[in-house]
Amino acid sequence: MRGIAKSMLTTLSVFIRPPVTRFYPDVHRPLPERDRAFPLLLWDKEIDEPFCTGCHACERACPVECMTVLMKDNPNHKSVGGTSGRRKIIDKFWIDYARCMRCNICVEVCNFDAIAMNNTWAGHETSVHDRKDLVMDLQQLTTLSHNGAIKEWVPVLGKANEA
Amino acid sequence: MVTESASEFETQDLLLNVGPQHPSTHGVFRMVMQVDGEVVREVIPYIGYLHRGAEKLCETMDYRQGIGFMDRTEYLAAMNAELSYVMAVETLAELEVPERAQWIRMILVELNRLASHLMFMGAFGVDVGVFGTPFIYAWREREAVIDLFEEISGDRMMYAYLRPGGLAWDVPTNFVPRVREVLTAVRQGIADFDGLLTKNEIFIARTKGVGVISAADAIDFGMSGPSIRASGVPLDVRREEPYLKYNDINWNVITRTEGDVYARYLCRLDEMRESVKIVEQCLERLQPGAIMPEKMPRMLRTPPGEIYVRTEAPRGEFGVYLVSKGGNRPHRLKVRSACLSNLQALRHMTIGSYVADALIVLGSIDIVLSEVDR
Ligand code: SF4
Ligand code: SF4
Repeated sequence: MRGIAKSMLTTLSVFIRPPVTRFYPDVHRPLPERDRAFPLLLWDKEIDEPFCTGCHACERACPVECMTVLMKDNPNHKSVGGTSGRRKIIDKFWIDYARCMRCNICVEVCNFDAIAMNNTWAGHETSVHDRKDLVMDLQQLTTLSHNGAIKEWVPVLGKANEA
Repeated sequence: MVTESASEFETQDLLLNVGPQHPSTHGVFRMVMQVDGEVVREVIPYIGYLHRGAEKLCETMDYRQGIGFMDRTEYLAAMNAELSYVMAVETLAELEVPERAQWIRMILVELNRLASHLMFMGAFGVDVGVFGTPFIYAWREREAVIDLFEEISGDRMMYAYLRPGGLAWDVPTNFVPRVREVLTAVRQGIADFDGLLTKNEIFIARTKGVGVISAADAIDFGMSGPSIRASGVPLDVRREEPYLKYNDINWNVITRTEGDVYARYLCRLDEMRESVKIVEQCLERLQPGAIMPEKMPRMLRTPPGEIYVRTEAPRGEFGVYLVSKGGNRPHRLKVRSACLSNLQALRHMTIGSYVADALIVLGSIDIVLSEVDR
C-alpha cells in the first residue's frame, strides 16, 4: 500500500504544478530561428527579383529528387538595360512538399543563399485536401520572402561560433 | 475423475492475432499467438511492414544525403543512428573529429538516450495498464529535450545534424545554460517516474518475474542494450569499445541480475541517471573550438575498404557496416539493428506466460519497428 500511496503523492505533486501545454491552434509556441519546415526561395528586395539563378545545384543534391528547376536569361540584366547583375535567373521552380524530407541539403549547397528553410508556422501548417496542391510553384515559394514575412536563417556550415 | 471427464472434451488452441495496427505493438508489428485459455503456447512474429529499403537507398546517395535516411532508421534516437553512420564514414575517410565536436556529439547522443528512455517509460506504463499518466509525464520532459534539439538542429526528430567530420553548424550561443535547464527538467521527470512506478505494488505485481531471460540465453539471442544488462551481462559498447570521449569521464554500466521485465525497467531508469551525469561532465569539459576539420573536401570521398562501427544506442548495439569501393557513396551499407536481435528473444520470453504479460514483455524490450524493418 505504501508504494501506491507514494504514487498518489507523486500524481498530486504534479497536479499542483503549472501546466506545460498550450491551446494549439489558438496559441502558437514561438519557434526557434533555426526551425526547419520546408524550403522557400528568398527575394532580393533591392533589385526586386529572386536571388535564385536556376543553377540546378540544389536539384542535383536533393536526396529525394523533389525539386524541378528551369532557368532563363534574365530580362532585367544590365546588358539589356536592366538593373540586375544576374545573367541567368530562375524561370520555373517547383518543390514537391509531399516528397521533401526537410534535410536542409538544398540550403547547404546553394551558392547564392537563395533558398532557406521556412521557420514560421506557415511552413508547418500546410495541410491540403489534395496531394498535388503540395507541389509549390515559384510564386508560392517566394511570396513569404517577398512580403518580408520571414526572417530566414541560413546556416554557416562547419564554422564555430565566435568565442 | 475430474481430469478424466475433462479429457473427454476435445480442446483446441486458439490463434490470436495481435497487430499489425495495435497500440501495444509500438508501430506496425504483427504477432500470432497460439493461446490455450490465457496461456501463450506459441508466438509467431511477423515483421517487415515498415520496410523501406533504407540501406539500399543509401547506396544510391552520397554520404551527406544518407544521413537523413539514418535518422529515419531509428526515429526515437536519431542522433545515435546518425552517429554510427558518420563515425563509419569518418573511419573510412580517416577524418579527425575536433574535440569540441566530439563533446557536443556526446551531449547530444546522451540527451537523445534520455528522450528515448523517457519515451519507453511512457509507452511501457501504458502497456502495463497505467493508462495515460506515465505517457503524459514522459511527454513533458521529452518535449524539453526535443525543443532543445529543435533550437540546435532545426528539427524535432529528423535532425540531420551530424556530418562526417563533425557537426553541420555550431550550437547556439546559449547552448550550455539551455542544456542545464533541460537536465533540471529531466531530473524532475526521473524522480516523478521513480515515485510513480518503482515502488508501486500494482506495477511490481504486473512486472516482477515476468518475461525472465537468463544471461546465457540473452547472449545466445544476441541481445544488447538495457535488455541484456538487466540479465546481468555488463555489455555496453561505450565501455567495451569506447568511442567519442566515454573513456575520459566517470560513469557506470548499470546492470541488474533478475532478467525480468521489472529489472529492464529499473535498468533504464538508472541509465537515465547515468546519462544525466555524463552530460553534466561533458558540459564542464566543453571548450570553444573548431567543429569541423580544417580541410574538408566539398564532396567527401572514401578510399576503398570496409568497416563495421558500433555504438550504444538506447536500445542496444547499433552497428553500421559500410563497404566502399572508392567514390562518394557506399557500395554496401548494412545496419545492425539492436531491436531486431532483441525481438528474437520475444518468443523465448513469452511462451508459457499469460497473454496480457506477452504484451508487457514486448513493451519491455522497447522495439522501434522502423529500426527492425529498415
Ligand atoms: S536555389 Fe540556389 S542552388 Fe537552387 S537553383 Fe536556385 S541558386 Fe541554384
Ligand atoms: S530539404 Fe532536402 S528533400 Fe527537401 S527539397 Fe531540400 S534537398 Fe530536397
